[in-house]
Amino acid sequence: MAGQSMTSSAVPAGPQESIFGFTKAQFIALLVMFAALVVAPFFLYPVFLMKLLCFALFACAFNLLIGYVGLTSFGHAAYFGMGGYITAHSAKVWGLTPEVSILIGALLAGVQGAIFGWVAIRRQGIYFAMITLALAQMIYFLCLQAPFTGGEDGIQAVPRGHLFGFISLAPDMNMYWFVAAVFVLCFLLIHRIVHSPFGQVLKAIRENEPRTTSLGYRTDDYKLVAFILSATIAGVAGGTKSLVFGIATLTDVHWSMSGEVLLMTLVGGLGTVFGPMIGAGVIVAMQNYLAEMGAWVTVIQGVIFIACVLAFRRGIVGEIGNLLRVRL
Amino acid sequence: MADVMTAPAGAKASTGALMELRGLEAWYGESHVLHGVDIDIREGEVVTLLGRNGAGKTSTLRSIMGLVPRRTGSVKYDGKEFVNARPDVIARAGIAYCPEERGIFASLDVTENLMLPPMVRPGGMPLDEIYTLFPNLKERARSQGTKLSGGEQQMLAIARILRTGARLLLLDEPSEGLAPVIVQQIGRTIRELKKRGFTVLLVEQNFRFAQTVADRHYVMEHGRVVDMVANEDLNASLDRLHQYLGV
Repeated sequence: MAGQSMTSSAVPAGPQESIFGFTKAQFIALLVMFAALVVAPFFLYPVFLMKLLCFALFACAFNLLIGYVGLTSFGHAAYFGMGGYITAHSAKVWGLTPEVSILIGALLAGVQGAIFGWVAIRRQGIYFAMITLALAQMIYFLCLQAPFTGGEDGIQAVPRGHLFGFISLAPDMNMYWFVAAVFVLCFLLIHRIVHSPFGQVLKAIRENEPRTTSLGYRTDDYKLVAFILSATIAGVAGGTKSLVFGIATLTDVHWSMSGEVLLMTLVGGLGTVFGPMIGAGVIVAMQNYLAEMGAWVTVIQGVIFIACVLAFRRGIVGEIGNLLRVRL
Repeated sequence: MADVMTAPAGAKASTGALMELRGLEAWYGESHVLHGVDIDIREGEVVTLLGRNGAGKTSTLRSIMGLVPRRTGSVKYDGKEFVNARPDVIARAGIAYCPEERGIFASLDVTENLMLPPMVRPGGMPLDEIYTLFPNLKERARSQGTKLSGGEQQMLAIARILRTGARLLLLDEPSEGLAPVIVQQIGRTIRELKKRGFTVLLVEQNFRFAQTVADRHYVMEHGRVVDMVANEDLNASLDRLHQYLGV
């Protein structure tokens, strides 16, 4: 009965064969990423790489929300920082092993995300962003005043401890492999979430929320679950970072951290699989290697941000993907 | 093709109205767009809403679906009241809406678009049957949803709501902006759906097209239903319709 008009163009529907849910291009990029993770510590300073991975994970968690659900949270530092504090506290005061400390930090960040998300998703757009910011500022002042956070000093001299109770993480290389493993696990988890039927509903909400609700989905529930997942993974990133540096401070709950993760995600490419990681790499590398230029780093960041918004809106990875005609 | 009927659950010939609208009023902010709409749709019927631009046809569908925030009156479906329900609850009750802008999700491919809506009740059309009804979609199963032609997107938008088991389909101008052959194909599809026991409320501007598929036509003007014409009387009432529609 049908079939007119579409005969020639219909057959090659596009390169869609996938390996574990990754397209071919993404799979190649994934292999490159694995190779880089293995090779990099032999050439670059491991602590710098660990910092980079923690921020990359934070940006990936943030991207889950902004890139796939279209929710712009402006208070993600609260989950990142709180994850850091709780992990540091568990490791130092309670003497728990690193993996358990991180899990507790992540769990609490998730609970916090559940409460804040529940309040914030009632509003859209700029109001959503403002509510998340306001709630995050409350957490900032809580961390400034609460006795367990150590106020301006933060929690210092946090031991890295022994993984599973017997592998010492004190040597940088041991810690590096641990951080890399945490990063890869969470990265794959995010990928799994985005490519599940649940993830498809999230993308549908991002594109057309009224349509999604009139198909029969309670979109608020989906947004809330995504928010909690994002906050939890941000908590993992924050917790891991506090163990790497042995300190949890106010910097990580400050609103400028929320801005920084937004910047990383935008520079790398919103809604791309590898963008947040590249964005985090660019920003962290700049802060590290241009540190002697002092305040100029912020100026350069600003220039990059403007260039990004004006000239390549898809972000670095988004633009490369566009040039190569693949999704990365 | 497909004369074997697989009617949606409970879609037997019955005489009671499946959907009853009584005094339905709706507002967009300050502006009052529906002023008391009364419509009855019996199970298995194809009913159209005709009227000029701005008469309130789309608003009626959106109000049934719960997408207009402020509404009063009565929307009864299958004996239950839905005028204050949320859109997702209304969808789960078995009403499916296919909006004029189609709402295909660009980041999902054709199959993903088809599989996205939740099953609201048993008895929906299985995927391979949907593909038999819409062979074009099968050919393009892995293409991105918005890379289809306009007609294919319209078919995808209709196909998507057949899988869910919904019994009442609200279709908003499925013929709009499409080539005549495609319009004919959409017409065939709607007749096929009627044969399978679906109930359809169709918004149309093109009453030549509406005539080929519908049992009855409601005419809307200024947010009210002003007339009802059975399809067999349509030719006798052409003058009246011309006046309403200004064609």
